[in-house]
Amino acid sequence: MTYEKFATQIRREALRCMNSQGSGHVGGSLSIADVLAVLYTSHMKVDPQNPKMPDRDQLVLSKGHAGPALYATLALKGFFPMDWLDTLNKLGTKLPSHVNLNLTPGVDMTAGSLGQGLSCACGLALAQKAQGLDNYVYVITGDGELQEGQNWEGAMFAGAKKLDHVIVFVDNNKMQIDGYTNNVMPVENIAKKFEAFGFVTTCINGHDHEAINNAINWAKQDTTVAPHCIVLDTIKGKGVSFYEQLGPSNHSTTVTDEQLAKALAELQ
Amino acid sequence: MELRKMYVAELSRLMKQNDKIFVLDADLSSAGGTKPLYQEFPDRCVDCGVAEANMTCIAAGLSASGFVPFIHSFAPFISRRVFDQIAVSISYSEQNVKIVAFDPGVTTTYNGGTHMCFEDMAMMRALSNIAVLDIVDGFQLVKALPYIVEHKGSMYIRIVRKQNDALFDDNYVFQFGKADKLCDGKDITIVASGTSLFDAKKATDMLAEKGISVDLLGIHTVKPLDEDAIVASATKTGKVLTVENHSIHGGLYSAVCETLSRKHPTLCDGIGVYDKVSQVGNLADLKADYHMSAEDIVAKALAMLGK
Repeated sequence: MTYEKFATQIRREALRCMNSQGSGHVGGSLSIADVLAVLYTSHMKVDPQNPKMPDRDQLVLSKGHAGPALYATLALKGFFPMDWLDTLNKLGTKLPSHVNLNLTPGVDMTAGSLGQGLSCACGLALAQKAQGLDNYVYVITGDGELQEGQNWEGAMFAGAKKLDHVIVFVDNNKMQIDGYTNNVMPVENIAKKFEAFGFVTTCINGHDHEAINNAINWAKQDTTVAPHCIVLDTIKGKGVSFYEQLGPSNHSTTVTDEQLAKALAELQ
Repeated sequence: MELRKMYVAELSRLMKQNDKIFVLDADLSSAGGTKPLYQEFPDRCVDCGVAEANMTCIAAGLSASGFVPFIHSFAPFISRRVFDQIAVSISYSEQNVKIVAFDPGVTTTYNGGTHMCFEDMAMMRALSNIAVLDIVDGFQLVKALPYIVEHKGSMYIRIVRKQNDALFDDNYVFQFGKADKLCDGKDITIVASGTSLFDAKKATDMLAEKGISVDLLGIHTVKPLDEDAIVASATKTGKVLTVENHSIHGGLYSAVCETLSRKHPTLCDGIGVYDKVSQVGNLADLKADYHMSAEDIVAKALAMLGK
């Protein structure tokens, strides 16, 4: 499947998933569909039949509210049946809107209380080193999430300990719940901030699949012994015109049957 | 021997046997005593700097990969400062992290005020998947450590770093979740946890001189509490006094009252910190000021007995 087709499928299934409860974190799920498509097509060393395989690559979805996008990806990759996507947030579900490592095959870390994911990823990376493994630990965080100070504790640690198998993506969609990030609390130059903590960074179009693939390959092949950060310039709600037009209000919004039908018509 | 030296000697022995144990510090490896382990096990000791939240979540990541991390700091910085990290990345995530809290309650003495924590057991007791240990001395800690390592689940462990006093000796047998019966009596039950057991023991002796026989229970495992032992003793004496180096809200007194109100309603009073902020001072002065001394225990016991 091409990246384009897979990303479209992720968006479609993520919206179906959120439609099952009538609403969800639409904007931030749609903005990371492209990086997920590239990661799970070309990079993540995982086995859907053995999701806890010790020598696997791991993904920490630190912006844990984008669970539906990851669930769509994992279901499409065969980690669990597609009909699980209809159970979002129902009592006893394996798919809570914020990801939980104990509930969902393929989810490597719990997240949702923002700011903890990069620190947890450092722990995963230390564990891999201690076991002599050379797998990658990927982190997806958001620009709004970077307002949480713990991210910078994690960045300081990853840089200081030269965790060169940590690759951080920042979903820089420039919006958060209360408005535009620049109005609520500017995070300024994200790449420079990560560089200051010892990361090697690059900024790319977060919806350009070849650019994402190239950036990941670059991060893996770069011989600098340091963690890498790929800042993704993204659009919150990407791929569905009326969600994009909602602006910051698309963070958590409705996915009615009618909205789903309109969205699916666009997502071909 | 100082408790921290006993702790590290035993941890070193266990780390030689078990290559899954990790040690994490937040700039207190010297103060806490773990520093020698950094030379001995350089690949499994990590100083995270003054960044407790990061350390707590790193431990969660290590645990998720099958390791058994021990994280250390002063009690307030490894409980209330990182409560959400513990709640989400450890408790909710059902991880296996050993949280070692130095110098709880008044034992912080001259670092009091900011470093003194009366709330930690209340917070930890309220979380699922976390056992709470309040350790009385180095022997108890050393005997508990092999179990702490093997126990599949997180634990919050209160210890006093520089303590030299010992209640027990090398023959002590640690049984997780079980009270230690230290004195068999019939007039009143005294239940004490952690280092408050020293004062409770002294008070028991003082009461004996007055002809009052105390049923004395030492509690290291505040959660899960040895409910059977508490109920059995309360049934025998009909009066229960708890003693803890902690706020009266949410710690041992609460745990004992919760048990008794459900299983055997009994008059129960408590020695602990009653809605007072922390402060600096030497240990004896602090205990006197918070009414936590052996004399205070005796006075309250006598009052409960109408004497």
